Amino acid sequence: MTMPLALLQAATPTSQPHIIPFIVFTLVKLIAVFTVYMLGAALLTLAERKISAWIQDRHGPNRVGKGWLQPIADGVKNFVKEETYPAAANLPLFILAPVLSFIPALVTWAVIPFASPWGSRWGEIEMVLAPLPVGFLIILALGSLGVYGIVIAGWSSNNKYALLGGLRSSAQMISYEIAMGMSTIPVLLLAGNVSLSKIVNQQAFETWNVLNLTIAFFIFMVAAFAETNRLPFDLPEAESELIAGYHSEYSAMKFSLFFIAEYCNMMTASALMATLFFGGWDIPFTLWDNLAPHTGLKTLLTLGCFATKVGFFVFLFMWIRWTLPRFRYDQLMSLGWKFMLPLALGYIVAIATTVVTLDALGFARGSVPFHLGLILLNIAAVVILFMILDRGRLLSPAYSRLNKRDVAKLRAVSQSPRTPLLPESGD
Amino acid sequence: MSIGVKVVARPTEETSYVRATLTGMAHTLKHLLNPEKVTTQYPEQKESISKRWRGTHRMLTTEDGKAKCVGCGLCPTVCPSNCIKLVPGEDEKGNRYPLVFEIDEFRCIFCGYCQEVCPEEAIHVGRHYENAEYSREGHVYDLERLMAQSHPVCEMWDPSDPKGE
Repeated sequence: MTMPLALLQAATPTSQPHIIPFIVFTLVKLIAVFTVYMLGAALLTLAERKISAWIQDRHGPNRVGKGWLQPIADGVKNFVKEETYPAAANLPLFILAPVLSFIPALVTWAVIPFASPWGSRWGEIEMVLAPLPVGFLIILALGSLGVYGIVIAGWSSNNKYALLGGLRSSAQMISYEIAMGMSTIPVLLLAGNVSLSKIVNQQAFETWNVLNLTIAFFIFMVAAFAETNRLPFDLPEAESELIAGYHSEYSAMKFSLFFIAEYCNMMTASALMATLFFGGWDIPFTLWDNLAPHTGLKTLLTLGCFATKVGFFVFLFMWIRWTLPRFRYDQLMSLGWKFMLPLALGYIVAIATTVVTLDALGFARGSVPFHLGLILLNIAAVVILFMILDRGRLLSPAYSRLNKRDVAKLRAVSQSPRTPLLPESGD
Repeated sequence: MSIGVKVVARPTEETSYVRATLTGMAHTLKHLLNPEKVTTQYPEQKESISKRWRGTHRMLTTEDGKAKCVGCGLCPTVCPSNCIKLVPGEDEKGNRYPLVFEIDEFRCIFCGYCQEVCPEEAIHVGRHYENAEYSREGHVYDLERLMAQSHPVCEMWDPSDPKGE
């Protein structure tokens, strides 16, 4: 037990408030974050319905309190509905699964800094629930737990569609987990730290990572879509093939919990994208918010800035959901393993080489030539990536150009003598 | 046997996933920001219905408030779903009138034969569709209820004016 203790001691901020205000403020932050998070998840269901409606030239929900009370109506409906339990289900796991899918997304928020620290008269209060120095590693660890809820839900339902959904999700989430982890290594290389507060500060004083590491952001974003099972990666649900996939057998509040988990995952992924690549709570074009004294006004403004960024990414999630169709299963797998993973690995090498070279040339971290070098590399990488993607081989539609060798192979298969499907009779 | 599929060399613009995605995103954003909606806000706004719409029935009345029906029995005879119940009666002057006239709107298929066959132009199908009820019994309209209906009645198809001009 020495290790966690050491971590907690290392986590202690320099100007820590006294123990009693620390506990009080932690409790207040805990309740506030949880409340905002749950309210946010409820409002996101409304936002999704509204945005989907507007994209399809409809009005969306506008009856219950002009539409604003729709989440409450949905909640009440789900509370009073009948809970059904399939006869052949594994009951303990069946009940556990919604909880397992919901908790990891919730817990991840403990390490995300959501505003600049507030220098109150009881000492400086960090606007993170748990300012752990290993914050980012915790996120990776918790992120990989999310798959259990879905897999267990699929398996314990004892339903073939649910099981197929669970299997798909395990394959999908494990594949993209790797690319997601790899895509963040360049961020850590530049920040030189795994603490999220440090990553935010590094971006505030230098440049946002999205300008230096656009490809890492791109990989992270695609992997985040896959991890949250949102379209175009919603193969675990795939209503046209699998009814509702892993939650086919769920009803009432347990079903609702899966739904909430999806929106929580979406918010968490958005917050991570904002924190890792878009400067977290940093207000762009000014250092005013990053320097002492840390007043309450700065805290509020940076909180608003962070909320705006998260809101934008949540909107992006919804916008893409209502634009793109679902991938085929082989497209999903080949995108994950043949494209995202090699790209992420290659990008780590490229960034590491560049950073070492720039260091060797004597440019200090954070100096103008250092950033110029990174940004030039980034522009070149983005152009090359776009040209590769644009050739249309990847995720190709059925009518796209086939590889000559593939065509020859297909022809050879069709020309080989047919093996009869049924034993020939009557000779 | 060769599969003989013609492999067309399509230009990059047609096969690029990235460009298709970006175009699609721009397209959905355009619709998202478009304030014109296609929804009809139903209970407040209603779509207009055809003059030949055949909905719930209505019994027309004479000027002194009696049903025009003379109890001839043609409509229960012609009704293909057997939903009209008619018991004719006769007063002291020898005028026939319906003692019982009931239409089960739940059985009715709204073919409009009753209106076509009626010699007195008494029973009509109406231009009306909001006929939900809480029970099956509620769908059985008696004579009083049929006479109390006030919606416009159907203008049947006229062979001399087939387009309704």
